[in-house]
Amino acid sequence: MEASAQQEEKPVAVEGGLRTGMINATEMQRLIDVLRKEGYQVLGPLLRDGAIVYDEVEAAGDLPAGWMDEQEGGVYHLKRRDDDALFGFAVGPHSWKRYLFPPMRRLWQAERKGKGKFRVIPEEETPQRRAFLGVRACELAAIAIQDRIFMQGPYVDPVYAARRQNTVIVAVNCGHAAATCFCASMDTGPQVRQGFDLALTEIVDAERHVFLVETGTETGAALLAKLEARPATNDDLAEARRIVERTAESMQRSLDTTDVHDLLLGNLDHPRWDEVADRCLACTNCTMVCPTCFCSTVEDLTDLSGKTAERVQLWDSCFSMQYSYIHGGSVRMSGMARYRQWLTHKLASWIDQFGTSGCVGCGRCITWCPVGIDLTEEVRAIRATAPPAPALEDESEY
Amino acid sequence: MPKKKAPRKPKLAVWKFASCDGCQLSLLDCEDELLAIADAIDIAYFPEATRAVVRGPYDVSLVEGSITTSHDAERIHKIRRASKHLVTIGACATAGGIQALRNFQNVNEFISLVYAQPQYIETLKVSTPISYHVFVDYELHGCPINKVQLVEVLNAFLNNRRPVIPSHSVCVECKRQGTVCVMVAHGTPCLGPVTHAGCGALCPAYNRGCYGCYGPNDSPNTTSLADRFEHLGLDHAGIARSFRTFNANAAAFRHESEAHEHNI
Repeated sequence: MEASAQQEEKPVAVEGGLRTGMINATEMQRLIDVLRKEGYQVLGPLLRDGAIVYDEVEAAGDLPAGWMDEQEGGVYHLKRRDDDALFGFAVGPHSWKRYLFPPMRRLWQAERKGKGKFRVIPEEETPQRRAFLGVRACELAAIAIQDRIFMQGPYVDPVYAARRQNTVIVAVNCGHAAATCFCASMDTGPQVRQGFDLALTEIVDAERHVFLVETGTETGAALLAKLEARPATNDDLAEARRIVERTAESMQRSLDTTDVHDLLLGNLDHPRWDEVADRCLACTNCTMVCPTCFCSTVEDLTDLSGKTAERVQLWDSCFSMQYSYIHGGSVRMSGMARYRQWLTHKLASWIDQFGTSGCVGCGRCITWCPVGIDLTEEVRAIRATAPPAPALEDESEY
Repeated sequence: MPKKKAPRKPKLAVWKFASCDGCQLSLLDCEDELLAIADAIDIAYFPEATRAVVRGPYDVSLVEGSITTSHDAERIHKIRRASKHLVTIGACATAGGIQALRNFQNVNEFISLVYAQPQYIETLKVSTPISYHVFVDYELHGCPINKVQLVEVLNAFLNNRRPVIPSHSVCVECKRQGTVCVMVAHGTPCLGPVTHAGCGALCPAYNRGCYGCYGPNDSPNTTSLADRFEHLGLDHAGIARSFRTFNANAAAFRHESEAHEHNI
């Protein structure tokens, strides 16, 4: 099983200082205070409108203690837990992408300067230092994917890069998997492996409510040093691993990624695409909640006098008709073409483009699809009825 | 043509057909932008705002309301002939409005129920959008329209560019704002997935389902959404009713409500 293989790679006690420690749940307030004192805006999970969303957390009391989520295709419910776990839920409608790659951002303004001349006023952004509290393994994988897109290609997005550099990540190992989770299949979780400053594992039972704290960076180590921590014993480490193992074992959904690239791209005329299009609303929700989807559009606005103009960048989606609009009309008129574009990009051509799958197995697209379309089911259906492995002659045509 | 020294300001006219006036009042509601608008354009005909009338032809005509009388069916042609650009504003002018509910019934029955002296009422059997009668250059959706979008449309026509008015679903607006989906998280039927954006996803932000005020978006899959509504507990009458409000006569909504009406 993939999850147990991951645990060998887990960073454990490293020489040169305290790299792990145990803190009481009450230390969460101190962690928030320390971060805030160092100028970080702390963003974390909190209850709002019947869901656990990410927003500014000022005190540990803001965290959704004792709440968990129940998720299915098109369904999300909050439920009381029988303990006071602070992170006893899976993932909600928000992802961290809204803070690194915001839904709306002004790129520049322009001002008319006499006849036929104008001056561009660049948008200056002073990056706010931010701490993300409660980042899951799948979300770390998603952030790594967006890092590759925005920072590691030939064109670096300076605003993303600045925001990213000013972000401290406090990850959390999952003690609970929603029914829509399938990170184990995508090899991204539930154990966090890299990309964090601190990683927490919440241990809550009749006797104790504590966190195992592991450090991933010097920044993380410095933070841990400011907390009231005791050294972690081997038993603590074993207990923490058991929790994550149980989470991996309880995962109900799976996606068989074997040759998924060729499977999807070799079955572009499969009848299943039409069947899913009958249900697909092309509403864009799956792409908006996806932590890796990175498409945007720009809108140019002018004032009535024609003296000033501005350009804004907005989240866009391959499910909208206008997304594929070129001279003469939209390239992908049908819902079928749009769903197929999304899924083949996410699971197949993303690999050609960026070297990894675009899916981290967080399950958001399943839960937040208003009609509950499940990509794992779609892939399974295509695999079950696909004609035997058609050899791809020329991938470039896709 | 010889160049004039002071270029003539474009002339704007605002016309009313069967409607509540709410959309044209959005123009007066543009408080902050109103002076800029008046500066940039010559408001030539706008009875709601001024009795002064500047004769046509007009550069831009904003048309509010639907066609419900034979007199109006003729009048719209005169307006079209006098207008360089004709832009319809609101659900009445673009889809027939709430008064298009008559299209599904016998209008004479309504008349006899509503009016004390039905013999004075002369009306058409159906309420139809302006585009059924004349060529329309641009349709601005909404019940009522969004004043920011109205300024954008005027701005675009004045500057010879395409209006930046996205035709995607309301869901995009909810998600950009971070609003929690009322259908997924609360089980509230919501027309957002099939409705044209523009309102800023107002109702879901207040934990209500979208009522579809802006009419169908560019590719509405109403059948799939209606299946979901049924799953959430709406019966056929409830589904038909949800599609039958301000944009009842818009093709996608009309077809869906009729499909369920016949199942009641």
